[in-house]
Amino acid sequence: MIELILKRVALGILTLLLVSALIFAGTQLLPGDVASAILGQNATPQSLAALRQDLGLDLPAWQRYLTWLQGFATGDLGMSLANRQPVADLLWPRFGNTMALAAYAAIVSVPIAVLLGLAAAVRRGGIFDRGINIVALAFVSLPEYFLGLLLILFLSVQFNLLPSLADTYAGMSFPDWLRATTLPALTLVLVTVAQMMRMTRTAVLSVMDQAYVETAFLKGLRTKRVVLRHALPNAAAPIVNVVAFNIAYLITGVVLVEAIFNYNGLGRFMVDAVAKRDLPLVQAAAMVFGAAYVILNSIADIAAIALNPRLRHPR
Amino acid sequence: MTAKLKAIPISAWLGLIIVTLNLFVFILGPMLAPYGQNEIVGAPFDPPSAQFWFGLDQNGRDMFSRLLAGAQMSIGVSLAASLISFCIGIPLGFIAALFGGWVDTVLSRIVDTVMCIPVLISALVVLQALGSSVPVLIFTIALLDSTRVFRLARVVAQGISVLEYAETARLRGESLFWLITREILPNALPPLIAEFGMRFCFTFLFVAGLSFLGLGIQPPFADWGGMVKDNQQAILYGLYAPLFPAAAIALLTIGVNLVVDWLLNSGAAVQGADR
Repeated sequence: MIELILKRVALGILTLLLVSALIFAGTQLLPGDVASAILGQNATPQSLAALRQDLGLDLPAWQRYLTWLQGFATGDLGMSLANRQPVADLLWPRFGNTMALAAYAAIVSVPIAVLLGLAAAVRRGGIFDRGINIVALAFVSLPEYFLGLLLILFLSVQFNLLPSLADTYAGMSFPDWLRATTLPALTLVLVTVAQMMRMTRTAVLSVMDQAYVETAFLKGLRTKRVVLRHALPNAAAPIVNVVAFNIAYLITGVVLVEAIFNYNGLGRFMVDAVAKRDLPLVQAAAMVFGAAYVILNSIADIAAIALNPRLRHPR
Repeated sequence: MTAKLKAIPISAWLGLIIVTLNLFVFILGPMLAPYGQNEIVGAPFDPPSAQFWFGLDQNGRDMFSRLLAGAQMSIGVSLAASLISFCIGIPLGFIAALFGGWVDTVLSRIVDTVMCIPVLISALVVLQALGSSVPVLIFTIALLDSTRVFRLARVVAQGISVLEYAETARLRGESLFWLITREILPNALPPLIAEFGMRFCFTFLFVAGLSFLGLGIQPPFADWGGMVKDNQQAILYGLYAPLFPAAAIALLTIGVNLVVDWLLNSGAAVQGADR
């Protein structure tokens, strides 16, 4: 088992490297180069050459990639082209904000979704199962901004319960922060609960169809015992995967939600950088999002290995 | 035939009606619109009235006309992207499954790596480099989405290529082209059609999302995601303006999902698609 986990960690690191290479390659698609994009009409051959040297653009691509990677490893993410500030200073606080919002949403949505999924699977085909499935299908189809706007309209404009803009600042008290971020978090919860619940239900059902679960029922055991003692330990690994998949979704789902509620997170930051075509910012933000995604998936796989009863008790 | 029609559940009927209605608007939209999509007909955010069914937008343009005209961009771009992604993903998936060996390994590894990055992040990186225009949007989304199509096509083709009739055709000495077009494609169609519905939903929401972020379809073209963005502030004054385009997006997604759900559950689509 330890060997399996180590293998998974190594694979994760390899994936991270490949992801970084792909992101770097993606940012090099621009015909011409960044220097001419910055200088635009005012470019003279001298100023272009000077800026290229300044930005290290005179080096071959693979050397620039290595320099960039090295910078990333040492915490130096380069300078923003738009306002000439270090990317790291701009990026990390916003990344913290995004993670806080995603964590808030995850803490609420994961338990609700797993419980609902379990309940639906146990009562397969019943009224509860069918009803909740239709509701979930509807919520899965709704775009985040539709839900977000409805929440603003009802909870903030008509009943004035919560602020419509997620204004947060450093040194804000925790209750104030909760109040400000509840609407965006609620939007994320509504979208992810539906998705996660459907996937949990499928994962549990595939275990419930196994012969040993039927045997357990035929032995005359009670439903509760069969589900908790026989089905759940074997469904744990797939459920962990479902949860990780959805938390990974949360990380990019926040991009839209941040735009709706004007939340000062990494997603909105990256969208602004794309609009301004600020290369170092986009590169760094993409790498941080990509890394978070890869690391989450690796953790999920490792948890699944650790939770698998067959691997825990080798025969 | 009537028995078959009766077997279609109400939810699927609802989905089919929604999809048909949207296709109708997609094809005829601008012709049905009472006003031009950029024609200013009154004051900003005038509420819905008998003359302007959904009210006016932030520039005083008729919301209903813009919704009808916007269908062309919103649905057209995502439909084109899904079609191209299938044209890339299916042949490559079939080839990977039939050849196996290093061809399969190389293609699968590339696809796995691309899929390691969230689609939105990859798309943002490309849009940063190339800027946003309709062709860039279509091809970026098509390429990124073809990884999902590749995976499904590969699995389905692997399942079919070991069945007797495919084996027989191979032993008969049929060419690779024959194998793909006559043996595998017809039998892989049901799961691929269901997948097309799902991929279309995804690209449609994705294009609308990018437009909502201001990085998708650019003005002066009307499109549903951009209309939500432009009218977003009105919600703070209790006006419904941005909800109309958002609801149009939600409605089409629900419609396609209902149809796909029915296709997947009716059993027609299970063969080979072991997921």
